[in-house]
Amino acid sequence: MLQAEHRARFERLVLPHLDAAFNLAAWILSSRSDAEDVTQEAMLRAYRFFGGFYGGDVRAWLLQIVRNTSYTCLEKNRRMQMTDEFNEELHMQSSATPESIAIAGDDREHLKQALDTLPSRFREVLVLRELQGCSYKEIAEITSTPMGTVMSSLSRARRQLQSAMAKHAGGETAHEL
Amino acid sequence: MSCDLDSALLHSYFDGELSVIRAAEFQYHLARCSECNDELAAMSSLRGSLKHARLYESAPTSLKLKIRVGIHSRTPKTRPSPLLGWRGLAPAAAMVLVALILWRVVPGFRKEEDYQAEFAAEIVDAHLRSLLPGQITNVNSADPAILKAWFDSKVNFAFPVRDFAGNGFALQGGRVDVLQGRTVAALVYRSRDQVFNVFIWHTRESDASAHAGTRQGHQWIDWRNDRLEFCAVSDAAPSDLRRLQGLLALSSIITAE
Repeated sequence: MLQAEHRARFERLVLPHLDAAFNLAAWILSSRSDAEDVTQEAMLRAYRFFGGFYGGDVRAWLLQIVRNTSYTCLEKNRRMQMTDEFNEELHMQSSATPESIAIAGDDREHLKQALDTLPSRFREVLVLRELQGCSYKEIAEITSTPMGTVMSSLSRARRQLQSAMAKHAGGETAHEL
Repeated sequence: MSCDLDSALLHSYFDGELSVIRAAEFQYHLARCSECNDELAAMSSLRGSLKHARLYESAPTSLKLKIRVGIHSRTPKTRPSPLLGWRGLAPAAAMVLVALILWRVVPGFRKEEDYQAEFAAEIVDAHLRSLLPGQITNVNSADPAILKAWFDSKVNFAFPVRDFAGNGFALQGGRVDVLQGRTVAALVYRSRDQVFNVFIWHTRESDASAHAGTRQGHQWIDWRNDRLEFCAVSDAAPSDLRRLQGLLALSSIITAE
């Protein structure tokens, strides 16, 4: 009855943003498998808090929860790595798999690697703006930061990405010579 | 490097975030500034490559299924609604009675404890998140007046902001955070090398004296005063957290008078 209604409303309003949620988590965490766990956890969390959501931008509301869950996961991983010095494999995990490199064009892989070198708070604004098409206001809401900070992060993020790409291109030429 | 225009303006123009008038002003500038033109061209080429590279990570189809299964096996959080109508009271009273009986008879049926544990987990997670680089404060200031003015524009409740540097807890700044899906204010204090987060939000519930708990090696203390709920959290010694709680509780009484 009521609960079924609640669930139906959640499936209608929130579930369609699953890709956006997963995309944000994947880019903050630099890992698809971590993103699966985090997205699932964030979605279930959103479902529990959905009763307290009284309208507004549902995507921004959801992405805010996804972002928080992602950073919590990052922080836990970081703490685990500090106590886990011998587990080298854990440190070596890279988001690029041989398959993904083979399938992707060169450009994609270069961009992906360049993006992964950015600090996560720069990467997240770029992902929200360029891949998810969020407005500054939405980004401010999702990241709980003032608009001015969104603007300056975005301009610094773009500059860093440009220089990371330029460095890569430069490195490539030097290698070929 | 002759152009001294604020680069945020250029980016806002590029993202279509300027008002019509400011965009026109910027175009006037653009017609005369080769540097901004170059920058704009570089940004649009970057946007083009990002688009072409198809970097968007779509969720695997199995994930959607997992989530649907997850929400079907779970009940949403239902906290008692203060706006319960009269007509809802009879069934509500019956439910309370059933809940009371269940609580008495079935030892495992302790919703309040589940809620406590979940609350503690959220508080500690929020604290840990804030320790990540660049996340601790939105406003970096030890000046209570500056912080207060900033919070006034960010949250719709007022609360006292005090620096306790003289008592060993130096105010570091403030930030807006999210706890259990609601917006909360966070004050950050530092004592020696320990960081303390104090979360504050509006509540309809009556005043309550401090109660403390521990989770994952972190201590938290929660109390309510004058329509505000406070929760301080840190991995410092419990006695340090108690001291900070005492200072905060005292300062809200003084402000109220």
